[in-house]
Amino acid sequence: MEQRRGGRNSRRMVIEMFVLGTIASLAGIALGIAIDWFPEDASTQAGPIDTLWDVLVVCSVPIFVGVVIVVVYAARLFKQLPGEEELDGPPIHGNTKVEVVWTALPAILLVALCTYAFVVLQDIEEAPAQAAAPEMVVDVYGEQFAWTFKYAGTDGKEVNTTQLYLPKDRSVKFDVHSKDVIHDFWVPAFRMKVDAVPGVTTNYRVTPTKIGRFPVVCAELCGLGHAYMRQTVTVMEPAAFDSWLQEESVESNAPAGGGDEAAGGATGQEGAGSGSASADGKTIFLEGNDNGATSCAACHALADAGSQEGIGPNLDRVLPGQTAEQVGTSIVDPEAKISEGKPAGVMPGNYGEVLSPAELEAVTAYLVDSTKK
Amino acid sequence: MPLELRRPGWSRAFTYSLLGVAFAYALSLGTRAGLDYDPVLDGESVLRICLIGVPFFFLVGLGLFDYWFRWASGAPTVPEDHSGHGAKSWKSYLYPNTDHKVIGIQYVVTSFFFMFVGGLMAMLIRAELAAPGRQFVDANTYNGLFSVHASLLIFLFIIPVFAGLANYVLPLMIGAPDMAFPRLNALSFWLLPVAGFMMLASFFAPGGSFASGWTAYATLSNTAPVGQEFFTIGVQFAGASSIATALNFLVTIITMRAPGMSFFRMPLLVWANFSTSLLVVIATPFVAASQFFVLLDRSLGFNFFDPGQGGDVLMYQHVFWFYSHPAVYIMMLPGFGIVSEVLAVKSRKPVFGYRMMAFSLLAIVVLGFTVWAHHMFVSGMQSWIRVPMMVTTAIIAVPTGIKIFSWLATMWKGVLKLDTPMLFTMGFITMFVLGGISGVMLAMIPLTIHVSDTYFIVAHIHYVLFGGSLFTIFAGVYFWFPKMTGRMYDESLGKLHFWLTFIFFNVTFAPMHLIGVQGMPRRVADYADQFATWNLIISLAAFGTGLSTLVFAYNMISSWRGGRRAPANPWRSLTLEWQVSSPPPVFNFDEIPTVVGGPYEYGVPGAVHGVFGGKTTTAGPTQEPVTTGTPTTSA
Repeated sequence: MEQRRGGRNSRRMVIEMFVLGTIASLAGIALGIAIDWFPEDASTQAGPIDTLWDVLVVCSVPIFVGVVIVVVYAARLFKQLPGEEELDGPPIHGNTKVEVVWTALPAILLVALCTYAFVVLQDIEEAPAQAAAPEMVVDVYGEQFAWTFKYAGTDGKEVNTTQLYLPKDRSVKFDVHSKDVIHDFWVPAFRMKVDAVPGVTTNYRVTPTKIGRFPVVCAELCGLGHAYMRQTVTVMEPAAFDSWLQEESVESNAPAGGGDEAAGGATGQEGAGSGSASADGKTIFLEGNDNGATSCAACHALADAGSQEGIGPNLDRVLPGQTAEQVGTSIVDPEAKISEGKPAGVMPGNYGEVLSPAELEAVTAYLVDSTKK
Repeated sequence: MPLELRRPGWSRAFTYSLLGVAFAYALSLGTRAGLDYDPVLDGESVLRICLIGVPFFFLVGLGLFDYWFRWASGAPTVPEDHSGHGAKSWKSYLYPNTDHKVIGIQYVVTSFFFMFVGGLMAMLIRAELAAPGRQFVDANTYNGLFSVHASLLIFLFIIPVFAGLANYVLPLMIGAPDMAFPRLNALSFWLLPVAGFMMLASFFAPGGSFASGWTAYATLSNTAPVGQEFFTIGVQFAGASSIATALNFLVTIITMRAPGMSFFRMPLLVWANFSTSLLVVIATPFVAASQFFVLLDRSLGFNFFDPGQGGDVLMYQHVFWFYSHPAVYIMMLPGFGIVSEVLAVKSRKPVFGYRMMAFSLLAIVVLGFTVWAHHMFVSGMQSWIRVPMMVTTAIIAVPTGIKIFSWLATMWKGVLKLDTPMLFTMGFITMFVLGGISGVMLAMIPLTIHVSDTYFIVAHIHYVLFGGSLFTIFAGVYFWFPKMTGRMYDESLGKLHFWLTFIFFNVTFAPMHLIGVQGMPRRVADYADQFATWNLIISLAAFGTGLSTLVFAYNMISSWRGGRRAPANPWRSLTLEWQVSSPPPVFNFDEIPTVVGGPYEYGVPGAVHGVFGGKTTTAGPTQEPVTTGTPTTSA
């Protein structure tokens, strides 16, 4: 076929593309850096990971911009115009030099990035230097659909809690276990996660750097309540943490809420502790509490609270006629009685621990009241 | 038996299916009674046997095995009269047929049906996620929706629609009268509706549909309600279909090329399907194995994945991803082939660096088997494996990069016809680069530790499979629509479809990168309030994406019914499928062509790819089909 004569591909256009590409890349990089991608950073691990992200953005934007510019300019410069329906382009079959360049350059860039990522990996997984405070080990247990935690308390006692407390500036190694299916223990503010695998103990370590409360999220699909498997980690001053741990070790079987005083003191949140909660049954039903109790309304329909039909039995249907005692038992030990047509083993079995006696009583009373015929 | 029930066809298929159900009851009741099990009637046991057995009864009833049974039993075989070859009317598409062109259309139409069903599920998912809290589906239904959405679009849309397009054009491209094994080809197709129907039917299973994601990780999958088995067993049928088709492609490509069609004169679509078929035959048995493990765990009390009994939960993921990572390339390489075809023809230039394009496909096949554990960076496997997998994952971007840069160079200095297939191709290049870039980011272990199992992954997979695979599928469907239907599609509707899809797709999936990095996990029916605004925007854009496919559907249906008649070669292409009438004669070529040059010699004066009976084929605009009229039937 006849070829198109005279290129529209002047040198000026190539320079224009180059200038435009540079400007767009710089703008893209500026935007990529300016966007607030990450949640709050609260561990020594977060810094290197966030920096790695920035480096990747800086490397990626020019590649994407370059490809888009070439596509757009090709469409602009070489578009078939009326009267050119019969024309062909020049029969260029390839160019070995160019092909070697675009094979070698990306390979070099990728190897460099891998090397850098490897260094970052070593950095974030490395055990802390001996000189620092000794590393603490916390056993994390995932089960449908809640996390529980085990500390080595003082005097060799075990401390089991439903609420995760950590001291600031001390490396902690999580040994993660699962009691049923695979979960994933993720604290976005720490940037680290690992699956909780039945039969295997997995682990990672972080050094918290900020005092405050951060979400704990289950990141691996674990069944019906996966979306609701969200808790909180509280990072506190080392002294406050030590006294909390000591207190817990003394009353090893104390309700877990006991720790909240220390937590409240450390984080400056007065009255956040569940033990002193106002024990408003409806609020607890709707929102759960800060001690790791998830919202009842997430799974149960209850007309009075306005919650909709969900995973769990409709309480307006199953509760009428039950005594306060029966209702209380069902909250603390959900497996004792399973409603018809509902699977067993779905509702967390930890409400007896995460609700204080006063809260349990309040929720029970609220449920009995609101479902009375 | 009345004649109707003895003849292969739908009546016999339904009758045999009922027999299959009866067989399942008999086998279950008989065995349980014989072993003194209590109760004797166990619904799950009967259902399980039905899921495995009834499809075979159905397929036998439909007549797919008749020839083989006669042959195997030693009965005199009926001489092939080609009565089941080629479409006589639209009804022919509802029955098994051995013509690769009929099968190709059956494949494409069936896969698009499942695309619309799967897309509808995506709309429900986005409606649920439009606001935090529960809108209108419960958690079980929600988990089922995203699981079935992914399974349908992967196993019943992207993989088979590529097989369907290639089924139609590949034999034509290499100058073959049909595929190597036409009866096997028919069987491959009919396994698909079985698998798709099974996955959809899971919503009616007691306890709801399978809800453990398309990854079906143990131990969630081997303890889930019985709906899970609709996936476990459905995947076996979809996988068997894939493997049979891949074998068919391999044998066809290796043995049935026209004289002169050396490997390095094959169009790149043929190369792409050759590479894909290698991946399929090597990798697909692994996903079959992973699901058989789950089935045995569930039904016969094996303990493959019960850690209390020495089972290994992580083994499931290794076996599963050993297939499912190569599956990503199974879902992408045929698209690469389509892009090379469309770009060369629409740019009027040879594909830049043809040999490197072919070699990079093979490089991806080899490297594709060495990266699977990058899906498991946070799974708790041995930590050292992560490092080599990071390096191989990054390096696989090199052959992919070669392809992208070569496509750009192919366009450069061409005469670009910016019609619908070309727009989708160019859209593909930009979107796939984004998906590739986030892929390289995900190779970097420290970053993946933070973003794995978040919406960043959801964004990445949709940039690769929607912006990547689906864009190439649209390009291919528009490009070969004239050849397959003999009609031209509506160009302005096509362009409208492209721009709507391109814009809404980006508004839907780009923000997912951000909310993922910010901490929103994937596969959740509810999310923290901080993500509410973005999710609302995403949902609205998703509905736009959904609506844009209606433009496509309308265009396809109305053009097929009443579009302008297509000439043999509307695109002035050199490859062989355009040298015969649209649609091609039943046996493709009256005379097998001789190939004398490369497939993309645009701009080369007097270049020729194939010769028919001494006449040369050129890319001339006034080209009349060399082969038309009635096909010759050979006995």
